[in-house]
Amino acid sequence: MPKRTDIKKILIIGSGPIIISQACEFDYSGTQACKALKEEGYEIILINSNPATIMTDPEMAGATYIEPLTPEMVAKVIEKERPDACLPTLGGQTGLNLAVSVDDMGVFEKYGVEVIGASPDVIRKAEDRDLFREAMSRIGLRVPKSGIARTLDEARNIVKEIGLPVIVRPSFTLGGTGGGVAYTWEDLEHYAGAGLALSMIHQIMVEESVVGWKEFELEVMRDRKDNVVIICPIENFDPMGVHTGDSITVAPAQTLTDREYQKMRDASIDIMREIGVDTGGCNIQFAVNPADGDLVVIEMNPRVSRSSALASKATGFPIAKMAAKLAVGYALDEIPNDITRETMASFEPTIDYCVVKIPRWTFEKFDGSEDVLTTSMKSVGEVMSIGRTFKEALHKAVYSLEIGAYGLGILREHMDDMELRYHLSHPNSKRLFHIARAFRQNYTVEGIHELTGVDPWFLAQIQSMLELEDRLEAAESLDKVDRDLLRKAKRWGFCDRYLGTLLHTDEETVRRRRLKDGIEATFKLVDTCAAEFQAYTPYYYSSYEAEDESGPTDRTKVIILGGGPNRIGQGIEFDYCCVHCSMALREDGVESIMVNSNPETVSTDYDISDKLFFEPLTREAVLNIVDKEKPMGVVVQFGGQTPLNLAVPLERAGVPILGTSPDSIDRAEDRKRFKNLLQKLNLLQPENDTAVTFPEAAEAARRVGYPVVVRPSYVLGGRAMEIVYDEKSLKGFIDRAMGACADVSPNAPILIDHFLEQAVEIDADAVCDGEEAVVAGIMEHIEAAGIHSGDSACVLPPQSLSPLIVDEIERQTKMLALELGVKGLINIQFAVKNGQVYVLEVNPRASRTVPFVSKATGIQWAKVATRIMLGKTLKELGIRERPRPKHISVKESVFPFIRFPGVDTLLGPEMKSTGEVMGIGPDFGSAFAKAQLGAGQNLPDQGTIFFSVKDDDKPAACRLAAELTRLGFDILATKGTAAYFNEHGTAARPINKVSEGHYHVVDAIKNGEVALVINNPMGRSTVKDSFSIRRTALDSNIPYTTTLSGAEATVKAIAATRKAALDVQPLQSYHNKA
Amino acid sequence: MKAYLALEDGFVLEGESFTGEGEALGEVVFNTSMTGYQEILTDPSYRGQIVAMTYPQVGNYGINPEDVESAKIRVEGFIIREYPPLASNWRSKGNLADYLKQAGIIGVEGIDTRALTRHIRSLGAMRGILSTDVSDPAALAAKAGQWPGLVGNDMVRLVSAPEPFRWPEMTPAQSWTGGREFRVVVYDYGVKYNILRCLEKRNCEVIVLPPEGYADLFDELAPDGVVLSNGPGDPEGIPYAVAEVQRVLDRQPIFGICMGHQVLGLALGGKTYKLKFGHRGANQPVMDLTTKKVEITSQNHGFCVEPDSLASAGVEVTHINLNDRTLEGFRHKTLPLFSVQYHPEASPGPHDADYLFERFIQNMRNRKSKSHA
Ligand SMILES: Nc1ncnc2c1ncn2[C@@H]1O[C@H](COP(=O)(O)OP(=O)(O)O)[C@@H](O)[C@H]1O
Ligand SMILES: Nc1ncnc2c1ncn2[C@@H]1O[C@H](COP(=O)(O)OP(=O)(O)O)[C@@H](O)[C@H]1O
Ligand SMILES: [Mg+2]
Ligand SMILES: [Mg+2]
Repeated sequence: MPKRTDIKKILIIGSGPIIISQACEFDYSGTQACKALKEEGYEIILINSNPATIMTDPEMAGATYIEPLTPEMVAKVIEKERPDACLPTLGGQTGLNLAVSVDDMGVFEKYGVEVIGASPDVIRKAEDRDLFREAMSRIGLRVPKSGIARTLDEARNIVKEIGLPVIVRPSFTLGGTGGGVAYTWEDLEHYAGAGLALSMIHQIMVEESVVGWKEFELEVMRDRKDNVVIICPIENFDPMGVHTGDSITVAPAQTLTDREYQKMRDASIDIMREIGVDTGGCNIQFAVNPADGDLVVIEMNPRVSRSSALASKATGFPIAKMAAKLAVGYALDEIPNDITRETMASFEPTIDYCVVKIPRWTFEKFDGSEDVLTTSMKSVGEVMSIGRTFKEALHKAVYSLEIGAYGLGILREHMDDMELRYHLSHPNSKRLFHIARAFRQNYTVEGIHELTGVDPWFLAQIQSMLELEDRLEAAESLDKVDRDLLRKAKRWGFCDRYLGTLLHTDEETVRRRRLKDGIEATFKLVDTCAAEFQAYTPYYYSSYEAEDESGPTDRTKVIILGGGPNRIGQGIEFDYCCVHCSMALREDGVESIMVNSNPETVSTDYDISDKLFFEPLTREAVLNIVDKEKPMGVVVQFGGQTPLNLAVPLERAGVPILGTSPDSIDRAEDRKRFKNLLQKLNLLQPENDTAVTFPEAAEAARRVGYPVVVRPSYVLGGRAMEIVYDEKSLKGFIDRAMGACADVSPNAPILIDHFLEQAVEIDADAVCDGEEAVVAGIMEHIEAAGIHSGDSACVLPPQSLSPLIVDEIERQTKMLALELGVKGLINIQFAVKNGQVYVLEVNPRASRTVPFVSKATGIQWAKVATRIMLGKTLKELGIRERPRPKHISVKESVFPFIRFPGVDTLLGPEMKSTGEVMGIGPDFGSAFAKAQLGAGQNLPDQGTIFFSVKDDDKPAACRLAAELTRLGFDILATKGTAAYFNEHGTAARPINKVSEGHYHVVDAIKNGEVALVINNPMGRSTVKDSFSIRRTALDSNIPYTTTLSGAEATVKAIAATRKAALDVQPLQSYHNKA
Repeated sequence: MKAYLALEDGFVLEGESFTGEGEALGEVVFNTSMTGYQEILTDPSYRGQIVAMTYPQVGNYGINPEDVESAKIRVEGFIIREYPPLASNWRSKGNLADYLKQAGIIGVEGIDTRALTRHIRSLGAMRGILSTDVSDPAALAAKAGQWPGLVGNDMVRLVSAPEPFRWPEMTPAQSWTGGREFRVVVYDYGVKYNILRCLEKRNCEVIVLPPEGYADLFDELAPDGVVLSNGPGDPEGIPYAVAEVQRVLDRQPIFGICMGHQVLGLALGGKTYKLKFGHRGANQPVMDLTTKKVEITSQNHGFCVEPDSLASAGVEVTHINLNDRTLEGFRHKTLPLFSVQYHPEASPGPHDADYLFERFIQNMRNRKSKSHA
């Protein structure tokens, strides 16, 4: 069955902003799908609200709608474009949910759109727990027993039947909030009580717990001819009870006999057929009782997933690309395997290495969150590593994480048994290292297995790794380690840096010694077939083996260093830039070589670059590649802070750095040098100083004047940054900062800046060729300075700044770029207060806003920067002046608070957002409204709006309340705010604060009486008092804003949507107009 | 203990024995299965071969009493990348190292098995030696070159049953006991137990016959169907087996598996040839030309039937390998004979081809109803 010719135009749904559990893996799959279907000659229509994606690049689709992912907007796109088919299975859960909603609206039927990949009925069958359970019992498979409860009594009765422990899952809360494992009746009261309160429909599911069982995932593909293949079995290191997204996982499965594996394989095929997924990829999760092999099915996702991206990277089999081709009618035996070329895709990959994935968490950024892992996912990113063995891969994954860990045995202090047992039996982000510590404290494999549930196979591997650590340490010095032992250590994945630590020397000494002994990294190919066939795909990993296969060419080549694992502050935006860099290099005939450790990304698609090295971003790994490839240079400015931090060490090791010189980078990053730079250029900076101890800090703060912004130096995303109003809080900060920032070097100085209150913050991105600089975009933040640039919404072009100020910002940006001799991109943050422009910081690299500016202006700035690094001038590239688009582009940030129960939603100088959306419109109101919709804030068009604001803001809030009243809304406010409004002529109904007793505002929010919350507290006690307001709004999915400027913009947006319904426009139409 | 793998062409890799002192000679082949090492070790078709696993970590789930394909280990030597410090599985009753040691078979870890695989892939399967005598690698390579190899030799004699026996009782058998729907004779060239299990499961009474010398007993038994089993080495090394199959060709349904398929091919007048490095693994895609569906199959063969040689044999090709388009199965146009080159009994490997046993049962059922009619 070749491809279908009855469909010509296909609508692809993207997954929207990066959130926990739905990250850039869907850009990877979406991009593959767009490319694959375009290649087949279909016309692609795309909708995705996330501008930082490669899939929303205008050349990926015929028409690209960067519009909110709501059923109404999808319907509008369908009405306008009239596609023949819609492919929703590449857009994550968002894509599936949208397909079902749009189907419910009757839109597909109305416009004759066929849903391909998985039909709405199939989606319902897989997603609805009851339908799924029935389907499984029809084919003789078991799922955990469960029941639905609407009251505590009902919950108790269910538990009487299925026994403790149970999993409690509230129905219809976002991301499984409020659920948990109940081990005791007391736990049940707690979780069931909380769950019932949280659930909008007061309903929870109580499920038999199989906590501690082994968890497995299979990635399965099926075509229209009913050919089914398994791409990869994945085994979770962490047993059931820890979400797979939060588990360390290993591919292939390690501890299953062939019989057990085949049983799982048979079950997967039966499930695929029974659910009726016609074509495409599926993820199926199983639990296995370690005592007797009993098998239960946990769930199936009828779409590509985070795990399928991992499986693709782990095997070299491009699941999403194949899924797209299968969806248009191809059969697996009609599609060639990219890697071997001569064989077909209808086979099962077999691998000859071991793959380990470790998630990366950011509990430290969320005050009040508990570092425990449960059934709801909390990690924000992950690394993958490939080694010939589990030991090698595990080690590589550990240092890929960039958390300051270079080996397993990093927790060296003795921990008392009670505490250690707690850390072992309560899954947490550091459990791997606690396991290592337990071995050091003479725990046995069985003992740790009992506490953790981790399979003894994994534990014994870790134990032997620690034994080798001990042996090395016992040697006391590098000279006493013989070649055999050193080689063994390298083969087990010990990195030079860690060996240096163990042997009291440094990384470079270890490196020189091993090279002298002929212990060199060899590179092996990922080829889907364990070397049975010749492979053509240039996808490599390092190991210490007999044979190297990398075969460097003699072309001119450039190495691009990626951004490593996603984390708050460094995510998809940087990967976007790396991918563009690679594209530009290839377009210009230069061989591009990508190095990255993040399996979710587009950059680690082997299709993107001429060569891909799936490796940690460490000095050692990069030098190993440089030694083999001998590139013309290495690009460090696109991957965020990770590669930037490698610039100096690499340059010292003799590696040419392309673009802005490491010295210039240092000039911008080093506080003292930066201050001198600004002074030289006569530019303003908030008063600032540095200090190491508290007395120094107190003095410095007094000098620069309170309030002050304080932070440890060399951090990204405003990590551990705070605004401090007095000396007492300063002391608190210093005590906390020193403890919390183990990931930052301990003696790094603290930076103290005078905090500019009520200042407008500006981001400017520019390119410079060393001779000339052009500003790419100037963005005005919606929120005032003090809220991290990564968290505030922003608008391009600026709306409230005078042309004079904008010109001044442009002038300063160019001046700084030229003075620093920037070759490539630069990003500057300014604050404007009382007509004065202050420079907050200069980042001599691509910034988070590059994709947004590129989408807003229609120029791909990362490509421009790449060409500059290759020696082109701006003139030659035809880039002359700052683009001035007519349309308005708004970026809004998206936050993960819902995943962290009990955490406040207030924003500050420490970045908390995971992703972003873009809204484009003819005026600010409509663009901002789209951005809000895209971010999941459903702005009300009627109802009651609740206000509670600090005194300073009351006049401005009152104006907003008046405007809202005029628009027909009712106003509800806490007593002080209400009194002020009423006095100033706007009617407001007062309501109790929580501390004033029932019936209070939280009751009102819970009862659905409030349509929008505007809450901007001041001072510790009000912040505390109003916490439950913000949290309840979040948990009840009611839009809220915590800043007055945000509220102002929201009111403009509501007004704009009143005037005219939001309309959809393809990105291409904005830029082709000119 | 240090050990070498030396190939006849002088290619040497270093590793470490995890089974103590030892030495083994044989044809060095690789298997790409990620699971099923115990089944592989006990598969009689590996007689005469040193097997290298491409999946690096082998021994993970230990050894159990059930996952065996014959009475003992059949490989000559075993090569892996890494042996684990501990085996873990609820069915495990022992570990791989002891299992090999007790059988006196050498196991070597630490070898760059990918380099080895690439070497064999580009130069073909080769004679080789595994040895813990590491004084002179060149001498080892020379020794490997003197080993006679598989081509033209009868390896079947070394692994097939010496006496007829009844499955699953494993007792001597001279006649049927009855009580099952079908009576099946399996000609044993080195049969894997799972073929017998698959028949047993389908209500067949199974008697296993040695490949030679039991024609009279066969005639007496007059089975409802015959299965020609898998086995080691070169099918052209066992002309007696071919002759016996020719003798009974038109009497009852026949189902050939692997070597049984090659023997049937030869019996019908075809020819076989040696593949460069064979197919050994659990992920080989095969298309059933009658349904156009693809099945993922378990394979283990170094020889193959030449399709053109069957042009006038009255058969049609039913299965082909989608990787290299080699012949994977045929059936006779008029007689109820069919065979496949791969392993429908799996073990290890996917169960996709299980339906072939049903086809065989159906052939027997058709014949029975015809003879009753
Ligand atoms: N019955 C259960 N007993 C124990 N753990 C469970 C059970 N069901 C799910 N889990 C754990 O919760 C995680 C999330 O559950 P899952 O059904 O996969 O939801 P999601 O849709 O969030 O992936 C699983 O990965 C598993 O570790
Ligand atoms: N002196 C200051 N006055 C007001 N706000 C500031 C000041 N310094 C920093 N900020 C706020 O803190 C945020 C983070 O600071 P920044 O220096 O940009 O750190 P990062 O390196 O994490 O981007 C800025 O986006 C800005 O909102
Ligand atoms: Mg899941
Ligand atoms: Mg900043």
